[in-house]
Order: sequence, then structure tokens, then C-alpha cells
Amino acid sequence: MDKQDFVIRFAGEGGQGLVTSADALARAAAHAGYFVQTHSTFPSQIMGGPASSQVRISTTPVLSSGDGVDVLVTLNKYAYDHHCDDLNPVGVTVYNAEEFDLPEGGHYFGIKADELAKSTGNARAANMVTIGAVANLIDFNLEEIDEFITQRFTRGRPGDEEIIEANIKAVRLGVDVAKSSGFNVGQLAPPAEPDYTQIMITGNAALSMGAVAAGLDFYAGYPISPATTVLIWMENYLWGEGRFVHQVASEIEAINAIIGAGFAGKKALTATAGPGFSLMSEGLGLAWMAEIPLVVVNVQRGGPATGLPTKSEQSDLYTSMHPAHGDIKMPVLAPGTIEECFYAGALATNWAERYQGPVILVSEFGLAERGENIRRPDLGKVSQESRASVSEGDTGKRYDSWDGSTPLPGMPVPGGPGAYVANGSEHDEIGDTTHLPHHHVRLMERRFKKLDRLDGAHYEIENADADVIIMPWGSSKGPAREAYDRLRAQGENIGWLYSVALNPLPREVLEVLKSGRKIIVPELNYLGQWSSLLRMEGIDAESITQYTGLPFRPADLVVSIGERIGDGVTA
Amino acid sequence: MSKRNPEYDFAWCPGCGDFGVRRALQVALEAYSVEHEEPQANNVVVAGIGCSGNMVHLVEGDQPFGIHGIHGRTLPISFGVKQGNPKLNTVVVAGDGDFLSIGAEHIGPAAYRNVNVTAVVMDNGVYGLTKGQSSPTTEFGKVTVSTPLGKIENPISPLKHYMSLGVSYIASYYSSKPRVLATVIQEAMNHNGFSIVHVQSPCTTYNDTYDILKGKPREGIKGLAYDIPEDHDPTSEQDANDLLSRPGIPLGVVFKQEGKSLQDRYEELQARAPKRTNDELLDTYLLKI
Repeated sequence: MDKQDFVIRFAGEGGQGLVTSADALARAAAHAGYFVQTHSTFPSQIMGGPASSQVRISTTPVLSSGDGVDVLVTLNKYAYDHHCDDLNPVGVTVYNAEEFDLPEGGHYFGIKADELAKSTGNARAANMVTIGAVANLIDFNLEEIDEFITQRFTRGRPGDEEIIEANIKAVRLGVDVAKSSGFNVGQLAPPAEPDYTQIMITGNAALSMGAVAAGLDFYAGYPISPATTVLIWMENYLWGEGRFVHQVASEIEAINAIIGAGFAGKKALTATAGPGFSLMSEGLGLAWMAEIPLVVVNVQRGGPATGLPTKSEQSDLYTSMHPAHGDIKMPVLAPGTIEECFYAGALATNWAERYQGPVILVSEFGLAERGENIRRPDLGKVSQESRASVSEGDTGKRYDSWDGSTPLPGMPVPGGPGAYVANGSEHDEIGDTTHLPHHHVRLMERRFKKLDRLDGAHYEIENADADVIIMPWGSSKGPAREAYDRLRAQGENIGWLYSVALNPLPREVLEVLKSGRKIIVPELNYLGQWSSLLRMEGIDAESITQYTGLPFRPADLVVSIGERIGDGVTA
Repeated sequence: MSKRNPEYDFAWCPGCGDFGVRRALQVALEAYSVEHEEPQANNVVVAGIGCSGNMVHLVEGDQPFGIHGIHGRTLPISFGVKQGNPKLNTVVVAGDGDFLSIGAEHIGPAAYRNVNVTAVVMDNGVYGLTKGQSSPTTEFGKVTVSTPLGKIENPISPLKHYMSLGVSYIASYYSSKPRVLATVIQEAMNHNGFSIVHVQSPCTTYNDTYDILKGKPREGIKGLAYDIPEDHDPTSEQDANDLLSRPGIPLGVVFKQEGKSLQDRYEELQARAPKRTNDELLDTYLLKI
């Protein structure tokens, strides 16, 4: 019987081309019309150390990195020992026979990829030998791989043809080894190619593209995993009239630079991760207090301190919502898919303009470098909001009282009318320092009231009449959704709630939350951060936590959610 | 209390050097606007925290735009303002604590970028607003509330520090002659690159150094401040270093190096950057070309 879905994992050491192999297979499969999602885990170093990269190939959009592995490619004994338990019962391991051997009789066979690659005349085609073996194991159409290779290596250089020929030959040599092993893990069902145009993109690139689509024109940043690729993206692409991009000397410089740029009239953004976000605390407080539009992307890793720079955790929710001292509750957008990363990048940029203040976009390692084929966004449908401006003759009171009953007064821009002082000290209408009680009261109310202007983020509500409702956030959406679908198919009466906006919550989502249902939150942290924030609002919420540095497996969530239901949490 | 805003609840102590610096800054901003035929609204004053930080609220008359930010971050904020809109004349006002202690890490980057911003540093050798603690320019051995047995650290030499970091325009002055100081600040604003005007601005409450700076001519006591000799060549690094090896506080332009600003270099890169529409950029991610 055809299988709808395969997980293929390449495991070995950093620097062995694991990501390249998974990426090549993903692209070949996506090219053939399948949906793919990659996931990598590696140590925080350039060469060496245990690493793995996998791709899930499916006939329908991929929600998570899956449960087990169908084909495991291991380049050394350590990798085999540490990954073989993840293999599904009928799964097969392809091991590097140049490096180690396994006793006869197991669900595995050895391959000498380097030796075979050399015989093609191109020693660098070893990845393709392995991919050939994998393709044979899942009965993947070889013509699609040939087409992918041809496209990839047609670069208009002399020698292209030889390289293409050698790579195609390498695939065939891998196929032969797999054939002679006699193993097969099933046949991949034919693809149902979508009828829309697709792009293949990572989370960090998608959110960058989204922000630029909404008119972003200033970026300052500092390298830090897993946010560095946003800096690199901007340094490559944020050029053109009126734009500015710069790698600055620290995250403290980054936040303060975008405060200056936001004040000067720019749509400004920086991206960072935990340690850098901590350094931005004070600046974020200033941006909130002085009401400066800007976006900070926090690509979460594991924490605290240096923590786990290249692992998945959702443990920065508290700090993202309350990053600085004093009464602050930042607007927070937390996308859960690559497509949502794009739209969250755009919406965060627009929110900053709309409410004249800082916005936090919370992403994750699990989204940052994950590759996925998604529908190409229609840039014509992305709005480009601008802060209201002031014109000559306006009262020009930047920090007037505001109760939401009138449009938010405009924000003067240097060079134009309405000169004021953007002040981090409590202030009067034109920004001069005053600590008199009535000013602190009226501006505190203004700053919080402005949050009411923020709506339009994606949310999902399904079967909300059920007594128990699953509400994941961020990248846990995918595995939670797979678990939800399986439990529903088993006849469990549970509901589904999901919101990209975590502050402010959409009114419709809040209504469900306040309706007295039990809310179960799968999240990748120790404290159960989102459920505890919900409990603060009087909502009956509890978490299913995991803090391994790895994403949830849907099968685990089926069990843990099932336990909560079975516990008599509800009838 | 500022004249324009009776509710403004901050005042400098009588005799504070910052009054003179404020007067000088105001004159310099007005003169710069007239010189370049620009409105006052094209000026942005970025202040830090401390006594000096309140200057931005106290400027009288036609108002510049201002930022009263957080302690130590005037330079990165002004960098964002300037590169956000290069047409804005961007001026930093900061004290020695703000600029040379908590904010010291930003002087180097501002210098090697040569960002076109002017910093007016008010040095009173003390933390005034928090009532008299020792600062980076407080002399060795000085007794303050935070150094009851005498300061254990050496003081920093700000001008030598700026030289070593490659700041492309360095002037030194004091607060007592606002008219002259105004011309020094205006010249710094006209410098194409990062400029610092380091001003001795005594704190009459916690560290009154007027007599030490100016001396007591009637009693024949010489002050530390001296006019930079006319034969000093500020474009010579050697001359500048020689000058700074002398004791005392020089008054005038210590060092000046013409060159390209960050914006000049940025425009050169901009000219060779690939030009792509957002749609063309998105299409580089197409699965099938």
C-alpha cells in the first residue's frame, strides 16, 4: 500500500553535509509536487559534534517533523547509536560502511558513498549516492531527482555537464546498493501537486520578506544564533533609496539605533535571540514610554544565559511580553508556521506604525532555519500602514491624553511641524519631563489604551463547544494539530484554539477562553508560561510541557492529551 | 523651570556650567540653521540621563526636536536618527558619566563609522544628579560620597581617549565663554564625520572647579585652561598628540581630520547594490523557475 508520508534523517557530525543532503532531497521532493519540511539539530560549532538534519515528505502540507524515522542515514557509529531508537518498526538504516560496521542481520545495510562517488569521477557526489539509496528505499521517482540535479548544476559554467552526469551516475550507484540489500520501507504515494505557485523558504527569510513587504526601511542588528540569518538577509537585500542596513556593535546599539530611526520617521526592525533580547530590555522600556514605532524579532533558543543556542524552546514568552521594568505589556505576535512568519513580519511592521510603539515578534529556532514549500504570498495584498502624521497648524501635542474615542493623534517627524521631546522620563504633552501625578495617570492610560488598535492577526477556532480545548502557540501548533486530528479521528470531543497574536488576543479568541472551558497548552518550556499567563486572566488553563530542546512529537501529545482527558479533567 | 513650560520640574543649581553650554548650544543651533538655510525643526538634540540630559528641555525659543533617552545610549540613538534621515543635524548632549562611563563602549563604533554626529560632552568630574559620586574624570584620591577614603582609580584622559579611538574631530573648551563655545560647536556641526566638543562644565554644588580652570589672575594663580597656541596644526596627528601630552586643559580645536563620513561610504555601496523590486526578490524563492 502507498504511504502518504516519510521521514528521512541524516545523522553524523557537523560539517559532513547533513543539511545539504536533507535540503537536496527536500527540494527534489518539493519539485516533484510533494510537501516537505526540514528540521535540523546541531551543536553550536562549525565543524564536528553530533548533528542531524531531516526531511519529512508528504502528499499533504507537513505540520510537524513527525514521530519516528523511516530511513536513517548514519555517517558514524555514534550517530547510529543515538538515533536508531527513533526508527519506525519497518524503518531501515543506511550506514557509512567506510566508517564502521554493524553485525549481520539487522534492519540496515552499509554503503561506501565516498568510494562510489570517486568512481563517478566526482568525489563531491557522495551525498547523491546516499540520496539514490534513500530514493530506492521509498520508491521515489528517479526522473524527478535527475531533473532536480540538472536544474541545480546548470550554472552556465564550463564543466556543468560533467558534474550533472557524475551526480546522476552517483544516484544510480546508490540505487543499486539499496536494491541489492533487498530492503524497502514502502512506496511513496504519487504527489497531488497544488495548483498554486509555491516558494521554498525558511522562517527567518519569510519574516524578513514580510517586514519588507510592509515597507520596512531600516535594520540594525548583531549576529546571534538563531537570528543571524535575518541580519544576513537584510545586509544582502535591504538596499535602495531611503533604506539603511547596518551590523552594529552590540544588541544595546541595535535597539537604540532603531529607536533613533523610528523617531526619525523610519520603519525600523532588529532581530535577536535570548541573550541579545535581555540586553535590549532598557531600550524597549524607552520605546514603550516614548512611544517609538519599531519591531524587535526574538528568535527563541533555549535559555537562560547562553543556554542552548541551536535548540528549540518556547521559554521567552514572559520576557517578550514584559521585557523591561515598570508597567509594560508589549504587543506580541508568535507565528507557528513558515507562512505565518511572512504575515507576522508584515503585521508587526504595520502594528508598530498603527499604535506608534514597539512590537515583539516571537519566533523560534524550530522555525528559523526550517525549510518548507508554501504558497507564494501575494505582495499586492500586503498593506503598508503609516503612522498618522501631523500637519502645519495642528495642535502638535505629541503626548496628548487619548481615550480611544477619537483617531490616535499624529506623530510628528523631525524636519516637519510639531517639535517635541521623545522622553523616557514621564512627561507632559510636548515631552518635557514632569512627574506630577495627573500626567503619569493620563499617559499610563494612553499607552495601554493604544493596544486596542491592534487586530488582524490570524486565529483558528474549531469545535469550541467541547469541554476541553487544545491551545498551542508558536511552532507547537504543528505537532499539536496532528495530535488533535488523530484524537478527533478516534472520536474524542475536544476543541481547537490558536492565535498568532498573544497580546492583545483577538476578541473572538478571548470569548472562547472566557467561556469556562478547560484549556490545555502544549508548550516547549518548564514553567508552562502561556497557561500561567492565561490563568492570570482567570482562565482554567494548564500546560503540557517539554524542555528537551527538541520539538514535540505528535504521538507523544496524543498520549499526554489523552491522559488529561482520561484523568477526569472533564467528562 | 523652563520659561516655555512652568510645569517642567527640573532646574540646574545656580552657577552650573551647563547654563553656559546651553546658551552656546542654542546660539550654535540657530547659527547653523541660518548658515544652511534650514528650519530649526531639522535639528535633533539627543540627550542622555543626568544633569546634562535636561538641556534638551531647557532650550528657549524656536524648538529643535529632541530625545531624552536612557543613560549612556546617546551615541547609538543619534546614529539611528542620522542614518534614518541624513538631512537632520544631529547633536548629542551628555555628561562625563553618561558618555565616558556607562556609554563608553559606543565612542569607538561612532569613531570607526565616522557617523556625522556632533557630541557635546559636559565634564564636571562628578555624578551631580545622584548627588556627588565619583565619575571617570574624577581625579585620583578625591574624597566623594562614593569614595569616602579617596578615589582608588586613575581618572580617564578624555581627549587622549578620543584620539586613540580615531575620532575625526576633537575640540576642547569650557563653559565660561558661551559665545566662543558656540562657534566651536558650530564648526564641529559642520565637520563631515564624528565630532566631539569636550567641555569643562563645573558643578558648583559637588565639584566647583572654576578657580582651578581659570585660576586667580589677581592673585597671580594660573588656571589649568590655556588657549591652544596659534601654530598648532589640528590636521596633524603628531601636533595633537604633542598638545595632549602637555598638562592643562587646552581651549580650541585639538584635532581635525577630513575624510568620508559613514553616509558618504554608504552612498557608494548603495550605488553598486543590486536593485530589485520586492516581487523580484520573492521570486528568487520560487520552487520552479
